[in-house]
Amino acid sequence: AAAMVMNADLRRERAAATFQPELLTHILDGGPERTRRRKEIEALVINDPDFQHEDLNFLSRSQRYEQAIRKSSLMVMKLREYGIADPEEIYWFKSFVHRGRPEPLDLHLGMFLPTLLTQATPEQQDRFFMPAWNLEIIGTYAQTEMGHGTHLRGLETTATYDPATQEFILNSPTVTSIKWWPGGLGKTSNHAIVLAQLYTQGQCKGLHAFIVPIRQLGTHEPLPGITVGDIGPKFGYDEMDNGYLKMDNFRIPRENMLMKYAQVEPDGTYVKPLSDKLTYGTMVFIRSLIVGDSARSLSRACTIAIRYSAVRHQSELKPGEPEPQILDYQTQQYKLFPLLATAYAFHFVGAYIKDTYHRISGDINEGDLSELPELHALTAGLKAFTSWTANAGIEECRMACGGHGYSRCSGIPDIYVTFTPSCTYEGENTVMMLQTARFLVKSYTQVSSGQRVTGMVSYLNDLSRQRIQPQHVAARTVTVRINDPVSLVEAYKARAARLVEAAAKNLQAELNHRKSKEDAWNRTSVDLVRASEAHCHYVIVKLFTAKLSEISNAAVRAVLTELCLLYALYGISKNTGDFLQAGILTDAQVTQVNQHVKELLAIIRPNAVALVDSFDFHDVHLGSVLGRYDGNVYENMFEWAKKSPLNKTEVHESFHKHLKPMQAKL
Amino acid sequence: SVNPDLASERQTASFSVEKLTAQLDGGEEQTRIRRAVVEAIECDPVFSRENQYFQSQNERYEAAVRKGVHLQKKMHEMGWTENGPEFKYIYRALSGDVAFLLHSIFIRSISVLGSDRQITKWIPLAAQYRLIGSYAQTELGHGTYLQGLETTAVFDTTTQEFILNTPKISAMKWWPGDMGRSATHTVVFAQLYVHGKCYGVHPFIVQIRSLQDHSLCPGITAGDIGPKMNFEHVDNGYLMLQNVRIPRENMLNKFCEVQPDGTYVRQGSQKINYFTMTTVRISLISDEVIIPLMKACTIAIRYSVVRRQSKLKPGEQEAKILDYQTQQEKLLPQLAAAYAFHFINDYLQELFNRGYKEIQRKNFDTLPELHAFSSGFKAMVTQYCTSAVEICLRACGGHGYSLLSGLPSLYTKILASCIYEGENTVLLLQTARFLIKCFTAASAGQPVPPSVTYLAVVKPGKCPAKNKLDFLSPDIYTEAYQHAAVRLISSTAAKLQGLIQSGVKKHDAWNQCTVQLAQAAKAHCHFITVKNFAETVERLETNAGIQKIMKHLCDLFALHGIFSNAGVFLHDGYISGAQMDMVTALYLDLLAVIRKDAVPLVDAFDFTDKSLNSALGSYDGQVYQRLYEWAQKSPTNKQISPAYERYLKPLLHNTLSKL
Repeated sequence: AAAMVMNADLRRERAAATFQPELLTHILDGGPERTRRRKEIEALVINDPDFQHEDLNFLSRSQRYEQAIRKSSLMVMKLREYGIADPEEIYWFKSFVHRGRPEPLDLHLGMFLPTLLTQATPEQQDRFFMPAWNLEIIGTYAQTEMGHGTHLRGLETTATYDPATQEFILNSPTVTSIKWWPGGLGKTSNHAIVLAQLYTQGQCKGLHAFIVPIRQLGTHEPLPGITVGDIGPKFGYDEMDNGYLKMDNFRIPRENMLMKYAQVEPDGTYVKPLSDKLTYGTMVFIRSLIVGDSARSLSRACTIAIRYSAVRHQSELKPGEPEPQILDYQTQQYKLFPLLATAYAFHFVGAYIKDTYHRISGDINEGDLSELPELHALTAGLKAFTSWTANAGIEECRMACGGHGYSRCSGIPDIYVTFTPSCTYEGENTVMMLQTARFLVKSYTQVSSGQRVTGMVSYLNDLSRQRIQPQHVAARTVTVRINDPVSLVEAYKARAARLVEAAAKNLQAELNHRKSKEDAWNRTSVDLVRASEAHCHYVIVKLFTAKLSEISNAAVRAVLTELCLLYALYGISKNTGDFLQAGILTDAQVTQVNQHVKELLAIIRPNAVALVDSFDFHDVHLGSVLGRYDGNVYENMFEWAKKSPLNKTEVHESFHKHLKPMQAKL
Repeated sequence: SVNPDLASERQTASFSVEKLTAQLDGGEEQTRIRRAVVEAIECDPVFSRENQYFQSQNERYEAAVRKGVHLQKKMHEMGWTENGPEFKYIYRALSGDVAFLLHSIFIRSISVLGSDRQITKWIPLAAQYRLIGSYAQTELGHGTYLQGLETTAVFDTTTQEFILNTPKISAMKWWPGDMGRSATHTVVFAQLYVHGKCYGVHPFIVQIRSLQDHSLCPGITAGDIGPKMNFEHVDNGYLMLQNVRIPRENMLNKFCEVQPDGTYVRQGSQKINYFTMTTVRISLISDEVIIPLMKACTIAIRYSVVRRQSKLKPGEQEAKILDYQTQQEKLLPQLAAAYAFHFINDYLQELFNRGYKEIQRKNFDTLPELHAFSSGFKAMVTQYCTSAVEICLRACGGHGYSLLSGLPSLYTKILASCIYEGENTVLLLQTARFLIKCFTAASAGQPVPPSVTYLAVVKPGKCPAKNKLDFLSPDIYTEAYQHAAVRLISSTAAKLQGLIQSGVKKHDAWNQCTVQLAQAAKAHCHFITVKNFAETVERLETNAGIQKIMKHLCDLFALHGIFSNAGVFLHDGYISGAQMDMVTALYLDLLAVIRKDAVPLVDAFDFTDKSLNSALGSYDGQVYQRLYEWAQKSPTNKQISPAYERYLKPLLHNTLSKL
């Protein structure tokens, strides 16, 4: 379409904002310098003709895979050419190239190379690292099996050591043991790091990692004994060749077991690894990325839905007046603004975890792991909490766009299908919540036995004190001030404490019924998940509130304070049962909370567009006709539709094949 | 052979699955007819959905057209007619994967809005597929608000024609099914202008494609609107009209007519027409909403007894994931909801059949109530079932994400139901308007329709439950729902009243209360659903264990609702904190009870493997084998991708710079 002027509605919205969006963008990026650098990298990609292509919505899966491979190849080359080496800058570059979508080399770059670095011996690094760095070897990481995901010890693939030939014999003994899902495995990779149960000298030594060549260098044909392919179409991830791998008596040299820690000697003697909590570090890191991803994906969906709601006019609010912007309806604001506040909350939480991880990673390298268990437990829960919330929030944004949200041109279907698997991968969310719960119950037990706990769970220390003062509930009720974020943090804290205590007590009650530990845990797990959710919710409100005092610009601080209040109050209004039942709030206060939420919607309304502009997504990256910065939605929907595959010919071939013969016959 | 983990679930059923199936179908005879239709469709290879997940948009569209054409032949062969008992099962048997659905809307709209002459002229042509019709109402910039449509039809007295135009881009017709590629004709809704005066929106029959070579008619721009989340088999279309002239006789004129001199005449009552629109919302609930949820439950629950993960007890085999309380808590409430909505759908069908008879006798008294029912329940059921299907999808972990599980397409299809035939928030507010009106009337002692008489008996009171088991009494929980609905409606009415009295303009006051109004409308529908479920259970036969298991499901549905909306029931202290703990404990106990019958309860839905089209949900539970076999059929494994030669090879041979 020809260059168009900005839609008048959006222009008006932007002019009416009470703050400068750039200032808020700087806060999200971590400083003006980071913003500048991000935009610089973005421009490198977006202005590069090599990275342009037809709209992916019109391509088949095979074509999308091909485009992704093409871009990934160029990306690796250009990253090196530009000398971009900082992990965050690589992340930006990659995400602009692939517009936030996964790509076939993700596992090579994100898992295969790092695993070589951390788990390979120097000798193995000599053999594999440089070829892998130069992409002569493309690898993936094959852990999940068709019948086994979360429970690692249940994996069935075997690697049996044969001292006669000094080889491992790899087998997939059952259908359920076929490796299933690893990204890049289906068509792209010629090597895989395979996790298998190690058998040597007749004994099973548990899971270990092996470097397995799977395709012939040169022809790329699967090697004899290897069955490999693509697992078929999925909800999303069209450009990723998630694959399967079946191994039949496939032999690899002894030196292909990753042996930095555990080892198998030539005669088959097994040497145990030193215990390591180090894997915790990697998990914390990856889960912190998912928290950030939750924030970004939800921000993208909010940007689209809010801009479109400012452009779309429908029905009448006042008799006789023109159709209003749908963003003026209270119900529309109620759908979108709490999500906008949530997106901001998750940004700050993601940044917090990342910073904390970097802060303590120095300690980790020096062997001080004392802070790691809590951070590990917290990130498990936050990963689950934020991905669940974002998952539902993206769908609400799509629904808020009505029929057009359902078209692929809105971009939201794509955001959703790309994001939703994060509820499952890197730890299934319910399992994650229960890990956090285990830590909470442990902390509660410590407090009950008179010890003190520290960190985010330190509120549990107060529980024992409250027991001596039976009137505490009444005393607490009057102290909640619903206009004050700091006071709301206290309310969330009280709720978390109450639910952790209730879960711990129910667990104890089940144990008293002489149930086995596992049975009791299972019969309490719904309560335990609720406790974890309440804990995570508290942490998020607390971190958002803490962020406010760091913001120097008054106008930005004001608008973020409104969002923070909305986040906290909306959360209460959605969970009033918890607050009422615990006596944290009275009926009258709950009514006030509900009322105040609606007042905040009206207060935030004039800044809504500026608040999504601050996320600073380039149109190319946003990939949405509805969410375009210039708001020229309808003209561009028409332009987009004309390119639909069904429109390639004026008369579709189905007419000649089916319709015409039918009309002739009937 | 059946996977032993699934077989063992079936041996312990507490009720007769076959009897429950007959109950759901409305009798054994109905079950027999349904199975015969399904059998006839599924053994015909033209109707196969085997490769559906691997097909492109173009291929899906072509297959749907082929099926649509073949269906005419099939119906003739089988002796099925549109008024026969088999007809309602055809769509279910095809899983909706067929073209020309809008063609039938085209026919219906002519029957309802056309004069006898128009019916005589157009219906036979359409019935014989001499032309293919569509229905063009929605525009690019306009959906819900009909009066806002911008397409114009200007009457030209000199030529006795209407001149149709799309004055600007937002006025383009957008979304109508079958219009992008197939339709030759469509009913266009446009603002009627005669002698410069606008008479509002009216329907016109417009030919858009040649009956000879299917090319577009002069002045017509039409095409497909591009890929969507689902419905790839439907060519949803756009339509732009530039000075398209149609004869005066093409305005559907049963109710309004433009005479040759331009005189505009209104005739008859449109109320019956209004009723027809209302029934569409109810008619979609069964096929488009409840059946997808039942399928999703079938897939997720069967898979959850086949899938084993982690250990519940040390030293034992890994446990079936359905044995985890958290998994039960995800799936079993959705199963209970599927039954609850099946029964509310029966109730609504009956209500509308009765209403139809009244209306035929020109008694329009029940119309507002029926309208409120259709709006509120369409919104509540579609929203509830959509999130339920998504829960089923996510409860299947990684494999649920594969298209081969069948769950992603069930989800992307059902979620469209939240938008079409009225956007849900708008519909809830229509129901709320009715409720507020009735509440005001009831408070003033005036008579109100039967479904809302409960609004007149506002009594403060407290929930009388003394111990946990009291909450198994339908009276106790139904009362609680009723109390919550009354409280939400009355408090919103009071707030609205207060705002208006304080000088806020009526429409502003309404907008300021809409969040609460929508919540109140949902509470009303939830209450009616629980009440109807409990009453249905009362009437079920007591033998064969059916009443007992349905009672459990009814209890679960009701208690799940209280558990998940605790604040609503705790507010004003109707249910106390201690009582809420009882509800929670009882609710969790019930999960373990229903767990035992979970597989028989989904078996009773009686879906064939072909209709589920799921690698995870088939009757024999051979999940992994099937997943592996189906994956082999993927085009990504069969066709040679140019990606290797073109990009991977240079990459692997480290000759990147040549790219």
